[in-house]
Amino acid sequence: MTHRNWSYRLRARNSRSDNARNLPSPQRGEGYAGLASVGEVTRSWVRGLVTGFWAKIPLQLPGGTTPSPALRATLSPRGQGLVWYVIVFAVAALGAPAAMAKVVVNVTQGTINPLPIAITALQGQDGADPQVGEAIADVVTSDLRNSGAFRPLDPAAFIQAAQAAADQPRFADWKVLNAQALVTGIVAAEPDGRLRADFRLWDVFEQTQLAGVSYKFPAQPQSYRQIAHMIADVIYKQLTGEDGYFNTQVVYIAESGPFERRVKRLAIMDQDGANNRILGDQPSSLVLTPRFSPNSPEITYMAFMGYQPRVYIRNIETGRQEPLGDFPGMSFSPRFAPDGNHVIFSRALGADTNIYEMDTRNRVTTQLTNAPGISTAPSFSPDGTKVAFESDRGGQPQIYVMDAGGGGSHRISFGQGSYDGPVWSPRGDLIAFTKREGGQFYIGVMRPDGTGERVIAQGYHVEGPTWAPNGSVLMYFKQQWISQTQSRTRLYSIRVTGQNEHEIPTPTDASDPAWSPSLTQ
Amino acid sequence: MNTKMNMKLVGVLAVSVLLAGCHSKSNTASETDSALNGGVQSSSTAIPGSEADLAQNVGDRVFFDLNNSELSQEARQTLDKQAAWLKRYPAVRVTLEGHCDERGTREYNMALGARRANAARAYLVALGVDTDRIQTVSYGAERPAVLGTGEAVWQQNRRAVTVVAQAGS
Repeated sequence: MTHRNWSYRLRARNSRSDNARNLPSPQRGEGYAGLASVGEVTRSWVRGLVTGFWAKIPLQLPGGTTPSPALRATLSPRGQGLVWYVIVFAVAALGAPAAMAKVVVNVTQGTINPLPIAITALQGQDGADPQVGEAIADVVTSDLRNSGAFRPLDPAAFIQAAQAAADQPRFADWKVLNAQALVTGIVAAEPDGRLRADFRLWDVFEQTQLAGVSYKFPAQPQSYRQIAHMIADVIYKQLTGEDGYFNTQVVYIAESGPFERRVKRLAIMDQDGANNRILGDQPSSLVLTPRFSPNSPEITYMAFMGYQPRVYIRNIETGRQEPLGDFPGMSFSPRFAPDGNHVIFSRALGADTNIYEMDTRNRVTTQLTNAPGISTAPSFSPDGTKVAFESDRGGQPQIYVMDAGGGGSHRISFGQGSYDGPVWSPRGDLIAFTKREGGQFYIGVMRPDGTGERVIAQGYHVEGPTWAPNGSVLMYFKQQWISQTQSRTRLYSIRVTGQNEHEIPTPTDASDPAWSPSLTQ
Repeated sequence: MNTKMNMKLVGVLAVSVLLAGCHSKSNTASETDSALNGGVQSSSTAIPGSEADLAQNVGDRVFFDLNNSELSQEARQTLDKQAAWLKRYPAVRVTLEGHCDERGTREYNMALGARRANAARAYLVALGVDTDRIQTVSYGAERPAVLGTGEAVWQQNRRAVTVVAQAGS
């Protein structure tokens, strides 16, 4: 157990809560911290219940506090004419603890020793359906287990009843289970018909509250799941120091039909595979390589329209989509710039493929590479100053890095085999790639200067890494041949350390995953 | 090698034509065409100047090595015949589709397929086929000709296919 940066994190949280309104402390026993509202969950997109859209929602602070005009501006919905079917949740949050937490999972290096954690069902109160609290606890449990950083304990072994623990944990009962952390809480029916979930995270051995947040949300299954992901994010951040990545979505390509006429369509789901659906009204039945905008509910992808493979942009709230432009030749391999206002992509003109960038506000296109051979798969560094891409200008495909405006290209991959599809980490520290060598495929990472190359997954055939917004987990797809003519293609999640590889359930074959930014900022 | 297979196929078809089509006068024209076409026997099933005619009597595809878009001697011979055929049917427009095997990544295969299609197109143009008659597209590895995995499959999927455009397109 280490305490890296822990006090710094606590200070950061406290400074945020200084800007927010404290609520009266409940009359509680030892360890309880007061409730406080923090500005932590103010910029959120939340999926609407009826339309399936996302919307940025107004934050309703408890006690009738309203957001400042400046805050309101950032919370206004993006799309024109967006129907206001929005989950509204209020956040009150609770209490940054005064004490230093002793319980921390180090997820950054070496072998993770998963932290034993007891997660009790949130207890129904004031007429709330008790199954809601159980469902929330189930999702939190599965998120934390799937992260590989936690070992949720079997509730059958719990000594103290969840109801009593929600009232006041009897820490001795949790210590004997060797639970390092404990999650308790309640779900209550609000007079306006919504539900309120209050959860608290406890350090069992220090007997202190580490975190607590209160959410209000509509009594709908999709909103329970999202609240659960937000709770899991808070727990993950408190105990690992890294941002959580559970309140996120993945857009991917759902595959069906025989290979010679394979149908490939855009699909979207929560990061855990829940709420899976095919997006409506697609340009064609052959769509590839979707990618999320870093800061808006938009995706960019390539679709065939007859003999015209083109790059499209689609707003996933409104469903509105349009081609990026009408260029001669094929355009493909798009990806947003970190500012969300530029798309970088490649075009094949004649024998050569080069990299271009378009400002989506004024449609001005700039050519960034002008080299013989193939230059494709561009990906910006998160600070927007560099672009990683692949090129076979030197023979086999290798990874290069150039300045964002073009120029300054230099090769960074020098290992055996060929290197494709570089994807810069949202933390900026690593570039993920697909490598081919000796008839095998590999997912690997290297530093932006090409050093520190490390393989994290291998198989025939693995491809297409995408980063979780916290930069410590990746998703990719794996196709496995079952017989000469039958294969199975699925999405897999893995820690950047190469640990905790597991399949993300999808109803059909799935490829080309793209992870959304965090929907909780 | 695949061309040899196609030739065998054409041979089988030609025999079946001889057996089944003796009374059909309509065979005469295509047999005459085939005489102009390097002596390749023609099938009665294909309308002259059609996609099927190209595929059966000329060879509609050429093959490439892994990660490569260079035209082999065999590919050039097929394209020589395609150029002659295109000159015989000047109203025909074609699309050259570039394809790859499954052993590349999505983006690289898109670009590689484009380069293969362009290599075949450039060769036809050099033989005098009007550039306006040939457009190109890449399908990457998205439309395999043969299903499955292994070199026997891959070598048939690394290809450029000449497809006759529909009238009016």
